Amino acid sequence: MSGTDVGLALAVFLACTVEAVEALTIVLAVGITRSWRSTFVGIGAAVILLGGVTAALGPALTALPLDVLRVAVGGLLLVFGLQWLRKAILRASGHKALHDEREIYERELSAARAAGRPAGRIDPYSFTISFKGVFLEGLEVIFIVLTFGANQHRVGLAAAAAGVAVALVVIAGVAIHAPLARVPENTMKFAVGVMLTSFGTFWGAEGAGAHWPGGDAALLAVIAGILLCALAAVAVMRGRRAAVSSEVVAEA
Amino acid sequence: MRRLRALGEFIWEFLIGDDWLVAAGVVIAIGVTALVATTKVAAWWILPVAVALLLALTLWRASRTS
Repeated sequence: MSGTDVGLALAVFLACTVEAVEALTIVLAVGITRSWRSTFVGIGAAVILLGGVTAALGPALTALPLDVLRVAVGGLLLVFGLQWLRKAILRASGHKALHDEREIYERELSAARAAGRPAGRIDPYSFTISFKGVFLEGLEVIFIVLTFGANQHRVGLAAAAAGVAVALVVIAGVAIHAPLARVPENTMKFAVGVMLTSFGTFWGAEGAGAHWPGGDAALLAVIAGILLCALAAVAVMRGRRAAVSSEVVAEA
Repeated sequence: MRRLRALGEFIWEFLIGDDWLVAAGVVIAIGVTALVATTKVAAWWILPVAVALLLALTLWRASRTS
């Protein structure tokens, strides 16, 4: 397994763990408060639809010429990665509230209780919420697996990394029967943002016809550079926030 | 029509996200890289520089509204 493969598997594993933790929180909240049967039907419907999306997009992606694929995938990963990184930096620097699974779980519980008692064999609320949660989070997993996998011709490796991540989260969720609030989700999102942005930069430039000095080894330098930029951004933004806070205190 | 609009909004939110300038900047940076790559000038550095600038820009925009 090459260094690029390790990076690919790690990025997919981390991203899929984060998405699976978020889906698990929603599923647990509706399952516990309302109807497990309807929740499982919703999960099943989402998984079938996700399978259809994969079957449609997978072959289409792998059929593209390599340079076209790298530009498209690189561009998409860059846009996606910068979104993740932006949110992660804003959270780490205190400009945005940290993602808290316990708080989201409590909110979902309240909403599920407020929606009234389930009636009939299938509870539409449980079905809809679990379907939406699993489908939307699953769509991000599929997007990451397909783009990473197709680009490196390692769809199997990417799918395996995603499968392990989802399986671990499901096993942990079944075992503790509560949201996985101890997973360091904010740190993981920061790491995923760095990885997606780095791979996007590397593949996007290659696909556009640029040649990296040092070949594939340049990816390590790109990851290190983007990580340093992100950490510097956190430090600068924390400093600015602290300065603004002290000005407000001084004025009061 | 409402469903089509909702689908469009979902795709926009999924792919473009909170700041459309990032997506536009990425497209422009890849285009410039492709143009420079056809010359004898090295083009590999353009995307990393663009990423650093776009990250700074989008954080600055977000911090103004937070």
